[in-house]
Amino acid sequence: MSDYETVIGIETHAQLCTASKMFCRCQVPASAVGGGDSQQPSPPNSLVCPVCLGMPGALPVANRQAVEQVLIAALALNCRIPERSWFDRKNYHYPDLPKGYQISQSQSPLGRNGWIDIQVDATIKRIAISDVHLEEDTGKLTHVGGSSLIDFNRSGVPLMEIVTAPDMSSVDEVREYALELRRLLRYLGLCSGNMEQGAMRFEANVSIRPQGSSTLGARVEIKNLNSFRALLRSVEYEIERQQRALQQGLPIDRETRGWDEEKGVTYVQRSKETAEDYRYFPEPDLPVLEIDTVWVERLRQQMAELPQQRRTRFASQYGLSPYEIALLTEDRDTAEYFEAAANAGRELDISPKVAANWITGDLFGLLNAAHRDIGDVRIPPRQLVELLALLAENAINIPTAKHVLRVMFETGQAPKEIVVAEGLGQIADRDRLASLADSVLDAHPDIVAQYKGGKQTVLRFLVGQVMKATQGRADPQLASQLLEEKLRSA
Amino acid sequence: MLTPEEVGHIAGLARLGLSPEEIQTFGKQLSAILDYAHTLARLDTEQVAPTATVLALENVLAPDRAEPSLSQEDALANSPQVQDGQFRVTAIME
Repeated sequence: MSDYETVIGIETHAQLCTASKMFCRCQVPASAVGGGDSQQPSPPNSLVCPVCLGMPGALPVANRQAVEQVLIAALALNCRIPERSWFDRKNYHYPDLPKGYQISQSQSPLGRNGWIDIQVDATIKRIAISDVHLEEDTGKLTHVGGSSLIDFNRSGVPLMEIVTAPDMSSVDEVREYALELRRLLRYLGLCSGNMEQGAMRFEANVSIRPQGSSTLGARVEIKNLNSFRALLRSVEYEIERQQRALQQGLPIDRETRGWDEEKGVTYVQRSKETAEDYRYFPEPDLPVLEIDTVWVERLRQQMAELPQQRRTRFASQYGLSPYEIALLTEDRDTAEYFEAAANAGRELDISPKVAANWITGDLFGLLNAAHRDIGDVRIPPRQLVELLALLAENAINIPTAKHVLRVMFETGQAPKEIVVAEGLGQIADRDRLASLADSVLDAHPDIVAQYKGGKQTVLRFLVGQVMKATQGRADPQLASQLLEEKLRSA
Repeated sequence: MLTPEEVGHIAGLARLGLSPEEIQTFGKQLSAILDYAHTLARLDTEQVAPTATVLALENVLAPDRAEPSLSQEDALANSPQVQDGQFRVTAIME
């Protein structure tokens, strides 16, 4: 296994979050935005116009929002931004490409020479980003019998392509890279990251070489990986396939392979004997982009906090453990929920740590069981903290708090309302508990005798009886204390 | 002068099927056009920055506001074959 070194690079296509297409003002189809299941898919070829249908004479105009989103991604990925950037035509023939070329960027990507840090186990590794550029999506083909049907609704939807250097050396690193990139794009509001709806697609370049060798092995490109699972499984398969080939003395060809999800194998898609000749040239219909520092700085100001920055801040500001931080910063909604709770906690004297425990414990449990995201939760962060305050001031006990949280989750009611309506308030009334303690002691003379005989652990049984008599509402500490006093003095 | 193989490759990229005679004919014509364009190579461009476009415009960008599209009927009006609201073409095998 360790006789070989693996070298992997990843290309990611991420769909940007825009209302209209890249070069015309047709609406981006709902299924492509990641708008959730409430939205009906648009009928085929109902979101198209002469530009995205490639009709002669139609002129493209670039979408400002899309350009700025890619510039923000490039900044977040620590790229160098060029002063001038333009679009190029990538020429090839395929029925889903109505113009006979795709408008892309080849010579002057909006970002170059950047990096992103990933963490595998306890080690931070820097992955170089060689290119971040903007291009347009193609139409969608469906094969029916001897025909192909084309829906051009997706034609011209803006895509950002992010290309890494061949810097990864294991499936684990590929996973962390893909997750961190998705997290980053979602934090910045640049891509929904919704894999089911194709918002992120990958290609992987995999080559292996004998350990210590300095020459790169033949590069195999795996195309059309539409999920994390497909990305990771195909890379794993490809590493093993190439190692087997080298061990058997077989050549590894430079080629493009597809991924068969069902069989779990990669297969040769296209031999490179006619290396594709895309004849890139500058798009004459679109003027160049002049990107001055004023524009770049304005975008930098607009940039939301990045996952890495947030993790660092959470550690210093709230004193959370790395594990809690990882859970709370996984997506922006969770991080913001926690921060709102931490802020409310300052007023009600609930520590961030306690809020973090309840969010990552009970609240996550409820969300997972209901298959819901924190963005849809019906409990405002402040009410969560109010619940914790009730607990802290002994108005309710822990089992009651868990019950109230569940009701809050289901009904959206405030914690105090639930406690009052269900009569859940903790009984911390000394006289009332004292009289309960007396009747429990009267009812169990044998246990009292055991206690006096030195078996002090039976106290727990007696406390349990008081809890039972109050349907779990008694303050257990006070009950225990009162029972103990009575047993000693009796 | 382009070789017959080069002419065949270029024709293939343009999805044109050419007979050997046509490769001869068009090969000569295409070579002549390239030779003519090559005249430009005699110019000294040492001091000239590479130019992507000669448009005297920059940063022509539209705000991201969706506008109405064509109706499906209009979109499909030019298509010789239509099925289920889609353009139908001969199946493409990869």
